[in-house]
Amino acid sequence: MSEKACKCGCESARAAQFTELAPTLEQYAKVPGSLITILQKAQEIYGYLSVDAINYISECTGIKPAKIYGVATFYAQFRLQPIGKYLIMLCKGTACHVNGADMIEEAICEHLGIQDGETTEDGIFTLNNVACLGCCSLAPVMMVKSVDGDETYGNLTKDKVREVLDEIKARA
Amino acid sequence: MRVVVGQGSCGVATGARKTAAEFEKQIAAKGLDIPVQVTGCVGTCYLEPIVDVYDDSENLTRYVKVQPEKVEQIVEEHLAGGKPVADQTISDEDKQFVEKQQRVVLRNCGVINPEDIEDYLAVDGYKAIEKVLKEMKPEQVIEEIKISGLRGRGGAGFPTWFKWNAAKENRGDQKYLVCNADEGDPGAFMDRSVLEGDPHSLLEGMIIGGYAMGATEGVIYCRAEYPLAIKRLEIAMAQAREKGFLGKNIFDSGFDFDIRIKAGAGAFVCGEETALIASLEGERGMPRLKPPFPAQKGYWQKPTDINNVETLANVPWIIYNGGAAFADFGTEKSPGTKVFALAGKIKKGGLVEVPMGMTIREVIFGIGGGIKNDREFKAVQMGGPSGGCIPASLIDTPVTYEDINKTGAIVGSGGMIVMDEDTCMVDMARYFLNFTRDESCGKCNYCRIGTKRMLEILERITNGEGKDGDIELLEELANKIKDGSMCGLGQTAPNPVLTTIRYFRNEYEDHIYNKKCTAGSCKALIEYNITDACKGCTLCAKNCPVDAISGKVKEMHVIDHDKCIKCGKCMDHCKFNAIVKA
Repeated sequence: MSEKACKCGCESARAAQFTELAPTLEQYAKVPGSLITILQKAQEIYGYLSVDAINYISECTGIKPAKIYGVATFYAQFRLQPIGKYLIMLCKGTACHVNGADMIEEAICEHLGIQDGETTEDGIFTLNNVACLGCCSLAPVMMVKSVDGDETYGNLTKDKVREVLDEIKARA
Repeated sequence: MRVVVGQGSCGVATGARKTAAEFEKQIAAKGLDIPVQVTGCVGTCYLEPIVDVYDDSENLTRYVKVQPEKVEQIVEEHLAGGKPVADQTISDEDKQFVEKQQRVVLRNCGVINPEDIEDYLAVDGYKAIEKVLKEMKPEQVIEEIKISGLRGRGGAGFPTWFKWNAAKENRGDQKYLVCNADEGDPGAFMDRSVLEGDPHSLLEGMIIGGYAMGATEGVIYCRAEYPLAIKRLEIAMAQAREKGFLGKNIFDSGFDFDIRIKAGAGAFVCGEETALIASLEGERGMPRLKPPFPAQKGYWQKPTDINNVETLANVPWIIYNGGAAFADFGTEKSPGTKVFALAGKIKKGGLVEVPMGMTIREVIFGIGGGIKNDREFKAVQMGGPSGGCIPASLIDTPVTYEDINKTGAIVGSGGMIVMDEDTCMVDMARYFLNFTRDESCGKCNYCRIGTKRMLEILERITNGEGKDGDIELLEELANKIKDGSMCGLGQTAPNPVLTTIRYFRNEYEDHIYNKKCTAGSCKALIEYNITDACKGCTLCAKNCPVDAISGKVKEMHVIDHDKCIKCGKCMDHCKFNAIVKA
């Protein structure tokens, strides 16, 4: 079934929509155990996993959409909604918690008017709380991801985080 | 002469890349011919960015906290002028941080260039695998590991030789060696440092392990949150392949072994062996029943051995120097060294590798320099969400698997989160329960629902709505979750609650019966008040978002507790320390 879907899928509108994903699918679609790798690549390209993307991956791999959805919602890394230009990953690890990560979260939420998991109306920032970034001696820490790369900010204070956000916003 | 800039993730976070770029710029501007090289994390995270200058006889001058604006002076006076900038170098006291340690796993971190295999070869890299393939039989390798007494550094402390032997004894046309680099424990970062600072030692350890158990394929399951680690591993693997240390017929021995990386997708439960295997197979990371153990039926139903990064990175050293040399460190039952990640309310946070058996006091005060701002030491959390809080009264406990287990905590992966009097222990328990509740895969009812119920009770207590009988209810639930869960996550999830009740029951009681949080951390239970240090500057009143503060200019102000939302803005803005929280 999957073989057929893949062959005719190449000509479908969906295939045209997901051309960037084609090389990944070519390499991994038939390799058992590669679903997570494919989803990671898809998210890297499109920023999130849309319903269309999930259906297309299903067609090419033969894995049922329900199962793909199950895997995508199991792991913290996958998003089903588009995100802003800058993804704020606020560390909520133990060291950060002890050093006041909650205060930093409060400052970010108040400054941007969003909660954890939400995106600002102008589409610039998305806030995501994450488990641990592994920079515990610089706690509290956040990482800001964008197409320009990742930037980590340590030893945050309420004032410093506001400054950083304003500076990024000015750049955006 | 050469300049080496430490560029582990923490170094980069403090701006090491900018510092390195500035060195290159300044060196070029002065027309000097001095290379700027990269190294991993030396472990003194609190001093980043760290820059090492080696003169022509390889004598080291270490500069600390080198922000780009300091670079010009160092280039001008030291690199061009030959005279070190004394006041920018590491102090004698800070040197002790590294000198008091015993480095086996971290031996190369912050010393060699992780992106250049020649550096690793220069420190006897890949000599151990050469020795193994040319002189040793697989059983001899396992025997050497047995002599060393090496135990799994990921959490459970299971003897490594036993796992290897089990994988060796089980027949299969294909066997796998999986490296668990999914360091999910919040507060532990030693594996990241090894991956970023000395990736070849992990690769070499894996090749040795593969030979010992007859595996030909290795997989590194690495956290996606560690992009730099993945990048450096990829570089290291490509270089090792080019040199013939990975691939077919390694050292003409007929032994084939290759490694690939699989990026994890963020699930704490994948630290559990069978869940990790499920994740490797592209499934939801849900644990499976044991037996069969992975050594019998693991990845794709083939015999599989799973070891953690730190465990494997010890292996080349053990083989090269002999198992007995490793066993000389540490205690009889907990031999060797262990890396601890010191963080929290500690003066000198970073990675510390010490022989097992050193006391907690020596680690925190002797090496870590004591508590931030000289506050009172209250407890140390060990073992992350599966571990527990060890109170100040047990500070002289030696750090061994057995002694730490007796306290109710575990050595775990080696995270040590230090807490002072401002840390509320009930809130700590709530924090960890929130984490495990979130990370529970949902397979076992007790873990899925039990952690949720425990969290609700803890939230109630920290919100000032605790009831008589809550502590007993927590204890009852905790024991049931331990008994009713299939994997390590559920079996250990209640530990942070149980240890805090055991050692800090009075804090729970204070929250429930007196509606007080002595640490001043639970918002619902604190009150802000203005003392007579108030000068009447009106700044607090102006910044109060709910107009809860009243008072005339130059007169003492008052907070209306009915209106106050305890946001703490008044305290942040007060220039006279006139606002107190209790």
